[in-house]
Amino acid sequence: MNSLLLITGGILFIIALALVYRIMLLVQVAKGQAGKTNRVGNSNAINGFLFIAFFVVGFGLIFWYSGRAAENFLPEAASAHGAITDKLFWITTAVVFAVFFLTHVILFFAPFKYRYSEDRKAFWYPHNNKLEVIWTVIPAIVLTILIVSGWKVWSDVMTTAPKDRVEVEIMGKQFNWQVRYAGKDKVIGKYDFRKIDATNSFGMDFVNDKANMDDFTPNEIHIPKGQNVLLKIRARDVLHSVFLPHFRVKMDAVPGMPTSFWFVPTISTAEMRAKLAAEGKPNAEKFDYELACTEICGQGHFAMRLKVIVDEPAEYERWVASQKSFYDLNKEYVDKVVADAAQKEKTVASN
Amino acid sequence: MATTAHDIHAHTHDAHGHDEHHEHHDTFLTKYVFTQDHKMIAKQFLVTGLLWAFIGGAMSGLFRLQLGFPEADLTWLKPLLGGWITEKGKIDQEFYLALVTMHGTIMVFFVLTAGLSGTFSNFLIPLQIGARDMASGFLNMLSYWFFFISSMLMFTSIFISTGPASGGWVIYPPLSALPQAMSGSGLGMTLWLCSMAIFIVSSLLGSINYITTVINLRTVGMSFTKLPLTIWAFFITAIIGVLSFPVLFSAALLLIFDRHFGTSFYLSEIYIGGEALSNVGGSPILFQHLFWFLGHPEVYIVLLPALGITSEIIATNSRKPIFGYKAMIGSMLGIAFLSFIVWAHHMYMSGMNPFLGSIFMFLTLIIAVPSAVKAFNYITTLWRGNIVFTPAMLFSIGLVSLFISGGVTGIHLGNAALDIQLHDTYFVVAHFHLVMGAASFFGMMAGVYHWFPKMYGRMLDEKMGYIHFWFTFVGVYMVFFPMHYIGIAGFPRRYYSWTNFDAFNSFADLNMFISIAALIALAAQLIFAFNFFYSMFRGRLAPLNPWNSNTLEWTTPRFPGHGNWEGAIPYVYRWAYDYSKPGAKEDFIPQTVPLAQTPESNNEHDKHDLEFEKELV
Repeated sequence: MNSLLLITGGILFIIALALVYRIMLLVQVAKGQAGKTNRVGNSNAINGFLFIAFFVVGFGLIFWYSGRAAENFLPEAASAHGAITDKLFWITTAVVFAVFFLTHVILFFAPFKYRYSEDRKAFWYPHNNKLEVIWTVIPAIVLTILIVSGWKVWSDVMTTAPKDRVEVEIMGKQFNWQVRYAGKDKVIGKYDFRKIDATNSFGMDFVNDKANMDDFTPNEIHIPKGQNVLLKIRARDVLHSVFLPHFRVKMDAVPGMPTSFWFVPTISTAEMRAKLAAEGKPNAEKFDYELACTEICGQGHFAMRLKVIVDEPAEYERWVASQKSFYDLNKEYVDKVVADAAQKEKTVASN
Repeated sequence: MATTAHDIHAHTHDAHGHDEHHEHHDTFLTKYVFTQDHKMIAKQFLVTGLLWAFIGGAMSGLFRLQLGFPEADLTWLKPLLGGWITEKGKIDQEFYLALVTMHGTIMVFFVLTAGLSGTFSNFLIPLQIGARDMASGFLNMLSYWFFFISSMLMFTSIFISTGPASGGWVIYPPLSALPQAMSGSGLGMTLWLCSMAIFIVSSLLGSINYITTVINLRTVGMSFTKLPLTIWAFFITAIIGVLSFPVLFSAALLLIFDRHFGTSFYLSEIYIGGEALSNVGGSPILFQHLFWFLGHPEVYIVLLPALGITSEIIATNSRKPIFGYKAMIGSMLGIAFLSFIVWAHHMYMSGMNPFLGSIFMFLTLIIAVPSAVKAFNYITTLWRGNIVFTPAMLFSIGLVSLFISGGVTGIHLGNAALDIQLHDTYFVVAHFHLVMGAASFFGMMAGVYHWFPKMYGRMLDEKMGYIHFWFTFVGVYMVFFPMHYIGIAGFPRRYYSWTNFDAFNSFADLNMFISIAALIALAAQLIFAFNFFYSMFRGRLAPLNPWNSNTLEWTTPRFPGHGNWEGAIPYVYRWAYDYSKPGAKEDFIPQTVPLAQTPESNNEHDKHDLEFEKELV
């Protein structure tokens, strides 16, 4: 509805512009091209004025709409580092918006104020080294502050994951995400892309790594609140990119080069639902965290969604315990793979 | 023939060039097609670039229809798009990606590189430095015709049954390397690569010519410190191009090898289409490094000429010298140098070592400083000016506005910690469309409005220019500013639709608004198209110096022949920015007026030049 207003406003503005020009043209005709001997006609003042009008209407719209748009922004960051990067984002936004606003005050008011007049001569002002130094040094200082704070955050986010952690393997493929967890042994088994087939989509190497035997591959991601979560990310066909918007997490999934990202989720799904309900957001009780793809990967790129659930630690443990391993679900398949390999080895040995 | 290298000691030389000129007779073929006249070649680049701009723009209109009106029945587009419109009346999902890809490729390379730099470097370098033509008219001609072949290949790819390249304009492998990954990665991608390889040849031939011409063919008195900023911008742009385009060439070549000759430069451990490929040991990240080693300088290849054009137009129409001429050159040199060492800020989330990210974060933010200096200098040039709003001036002021509004969000994106969330969202789309796309396009339009009288000897209609500007300016902001909100909300780029996600299932109305604004802004370009082609034949005949400008091109006849000046090439005695000089009668003093003739306005700085001038005469 708001945006309908916005659209109407925009269209009206454009119509107004067109009208101004129509009138301007008519005035010109009525005057019989009076301005012909001058270097400029009426258009000069009108164009100058329109910059001011554009400034007023434009910034008016920005201030008016920014408040309304915020309703549709993502809820507060649900990860420890996300809270920090969000803060940094808004500080940076405040700084650059101030620059944007102030420069535009001069940029859009000066043209009208200094529009052409026969009686005036422009001010001869070819250079001023002091000014140049000032506006080299000040941006440099401001930028340095922003960058150094950004760099600290970046270094913290990107450090090696602590030993005490939950690991989740996320694999991107055309066009869905698959996840794998370690079983009781707490080790995610090794894989080999040559072992991939219709059943074993991860390419789990059951022959050479028994750690695979208790791994499980659920249809949604569960992570425990307040614990270190390490995403072990890979892709099996083309580039994908893991994007967890609510946690401010993003990392490309690259075939042949495993990547990772670790973070601490701070708000459980249940807590977030309660928060959103308290804020009066529609469908708050159905809220779920989501995983999306942000690296173009083909026609299904826009549909690579996976549900993410943040559990309380105890809940999470219960969930892990309830999961059946890939082996349990595909006993025949795995046994056959292992037997075939043993047979092959025997043949090779006997030769 | 008329390409005469000037010689300080042989004053009679130019007269010979003049005589030869009369003996030369052009046929249609040598005048309009295989011409070696830099002015005609510039027009060829311009018209080709504008045609591409309309194609690229129309494509954005199509995908904006999908994004703004996801429920709409587009069956009415079937006559144009055929099978790309599905049975349900929707744009095919892969074709959507093809549209996005081709829009990017066309706009970045064919419109804003060839159409902008190709046009104005060719047109203005000889005219503004006082040369009869480029150093090599023949290479210049080749440069256009390579561009033409490249254009034809790309154009052909739009019509093939598997569709044009569709893996994004950055064509990251493995998606672009594997035909089984998407249909656009088949023949469409092959044509894309061939087209771009030829495009690079065209670009290199052009750039080498520009560099040589600026260094060697400046007229007497035209020292580097007297060059208009346009020429500085084209010169620096050409150097960036020569150094960076070959890297894209090698990236493309290795990709061709991977696609057709079974190598594994970019491919490793891939299982696709039910089989494990034999490629191991390659790295998709390698391609990204190579691509962005051109890709980032490319931003400045696109932007610097626009900034150069703007410098000239703002000074002329403010009737004021450009503020900080030397600072402007210095900042352009700084930007040019830094543009080579910031490329990996496109790759913070690519999986490369985060320490590399730290380094590139610092380097990236340094480049903001010279950019800020430029913006401040433009604003100071306007301050206390005596401003004439020609359409070119409006577009130039618009450029400065877009350069700032798009530039400031670079401070977010250059910051790796913030890029985690913002990377590949609409925030990025908003950023680069404002700072690089729209700003450069405004520079190109400013250039067309300003130099049209010199190109075609006729004036464009001013009123239509004003209307064109305001529709475009308002339109550009209405389209790209709201994208910041969508980006902050996390909406990813290159999504056919967002309704699969609860997180992105909002802003439908804002997307509709953007699409409407985009269609209006696109439609407004038709005003320009009409004005351009109508005025070319029917416009009011142009006065010799319509904007009361100082630079050399306005000393040529209305319809300059091949060789530009009928008599001797004029000498240059002063810089290009003697506007409203204290003491002077007029508010401009062309570069060809000797200081000795203007004792009333000479100041202390002119003493040295006055000495030099005496020696010359």
